[in-house]
Amino acid sequence: MRDTLTKVASYGYAGLIYGFIFLPVAVLVLFSFQDGRLPVPPFNGFSLQWYEAVFADRKLMAALANSFMVAIVSSVIACLLGFLAAYALARYKLPGSALQRGLLIAPMTVSYLIIALGLLTVLNTFGIKLSLWTVGIGHVVINLPLCFAIIFSSMGDHHINIERAARDLGANDFKVMALVTAPMLLPSILAAFFLSVTFSWDEFIIAFLLSRFDVTLPVEIWSLLRSGLNPKTNAIGSLVFLVSVAVLAVLELTLFGRTKKS
Amino acid sequence: MSTMTLEDTERRKAWGFVAPALLWTIAFFVVPFLFMAAMSLWSRQSGQIVRAWNLDNYIAFFAKDSLFKGLVNSLEITLIVTVLSVLLAYPLAWIIAERVPKRFQRLALIMAVLPFWTSYVVRSYSWLLVLSKNGVINQTLMTLGLVSEPLEIASNRTATVIGFVHFFVMLLTLTIYANLIQLSPNYRRAAADLGANALQTFWHVILPLTLPGIMTGAFLTFVLCIGDYVTPQILGGNNELVLPQIIMLQLGRRADFPMAAALSIILMLAVTAAYVLCARWLKIERA
Repeated sequence: MRDTLTKVASYGYAGLIYGFIFLPVAVLVLFSFQDGRLPVPPFNGFSLQWYEAVFADRKLMAALANSFMVAIVSSVIACLLGFLAAYALARYKLPGSALQRGLLIAPMTVSYLIIALGLLTVLNTFGIKLSLWTVGIGHVVINLPLCFAIIFSSMGDHHINIERAARDLGANDFKVMALVTAPMLLPSILAAFFLSVTFSWDEFIIAFLLSRFDVTLPVEIWSLLRSGLNPKTNAIGSLVFLVSVAVLAVLELTLFGRTKKS
Repeated sequence: MSTMTLEDTERRKAWGFVAPALLWTIAFFVVPFLFMAAMSLWSRQSGQIVRAWNLDNYIAFFAKDSLFKGLVNSLEITLIVTVLSVLLAYPLAWIIAERVPKRFQRLALIMAVLPFWTSYVVRSYSWLLVLSKNGVINQTLMTLGLVSEPLEIASNRTATVIGFVHFFVMLLTLTIYANLIQLSPNYRRAAADLGANALQTFWHVILPLTLPGIMTGAFLTFVLCIGDYVTPQILGGNNELVLPQIIMLQLGRRADFPMAAALSIILMLAVTAAYVLCARWLKIERA
């Protein structure tokens, strides 16, 4: 009797929280199909007009492409720099290595707003024009600590002997890294890369403060918000959600599903 | 034959590998930060930035109610959000870890954080659809005849808190769950053998053991919440501005960079204070 009661209470509570978590997303997706001009009840009927509007919007499509570019390029740089630093700090004895690790992790503890503001003041002072490149620089700053930490923590000592063997067979450092270390650490490198892509893709405040004419998707959505409640915002929001969930599902079924078994 | 020993070449190589990351961090994080700290001691007079060193911006912050209230609002909202999120997320994490069958746990967890993957800006906007005057909640209440006038639930502190709690419940469920499943079942068995009931076991054994995980999650919530501009700007209305909103106001309308810099330093000090307060629980273990 008591067991049933706690069971009912448990599942009831879980149901309530899941409801709370999914409520806004459900409303967002439902009213992206609204046949009318307001994305609020009553639901007038099913229509794809707002998705058509999204795909016809050149600024949104350009912002989508910009976001994609910035996310990929900044994540590649962050992973590459993070990997090289992790390799050096895990495999060599360098003076002040604890300090170096601390310095590389430090940006993680500072609000994005402050990182953006710092970069903005420097860029302004030196008269450097804001562009997607400056946004990318900012995104590498926030993602480098993440990539470094993930890759560094997976560089276990048990890999050292394999690398030593490769070196004894005449491979230089770059060959060891590219042909031995990187393939062994591929799951964590990919995890770092995709996490970094997600963060950059979704980041608003740095992209907002450090861009000017060409903007990324969150910044373009931000300017859409000025028109108030608008089913077009629902449509682009739902699209972003669906794409992210699809990417997540693919990763879960291939990459992370596999590493769990091995 | 060079005089360099093998060790020297090795060390030089290692420096070469770590240098790009270090230089990037120094050039685009440390230097800008120091620059901003310096700028917070300058001032802006008749449209020009004057490089005279003084504490005027910090004095103005404590003297002007409109500025100081921003910090108070930020701290209040952040504390409410952190406490509420922990209280709501812990039971869910516990239910997933203890009540949900093992093979469904991963799915339950993924479902609990799925809306995480909506765009951050859009997530706050979708709460607007739920909370605004003609939004889902008000329309439902009016159709049911429970209220005759729409309730004011958007554009105020409640809306900001709801938007934040929504985000951080997902985050905290993840971190607390990760903590809970690491606990060995032996602890529970030992407590039961010693005659503890379920509540006593939870209070004296499980809760203390998961405290570091809770504190790590709570600290993360604090840092992300107090520095956020998007959620309060979309959901909070214009009556109670938080510190990031005031910083953005200095940048936009007034172009007062020195003041914005000073306020950012104050924001950072608040985070540092929170870190010092939770530091003894924030031991990040190395794998």
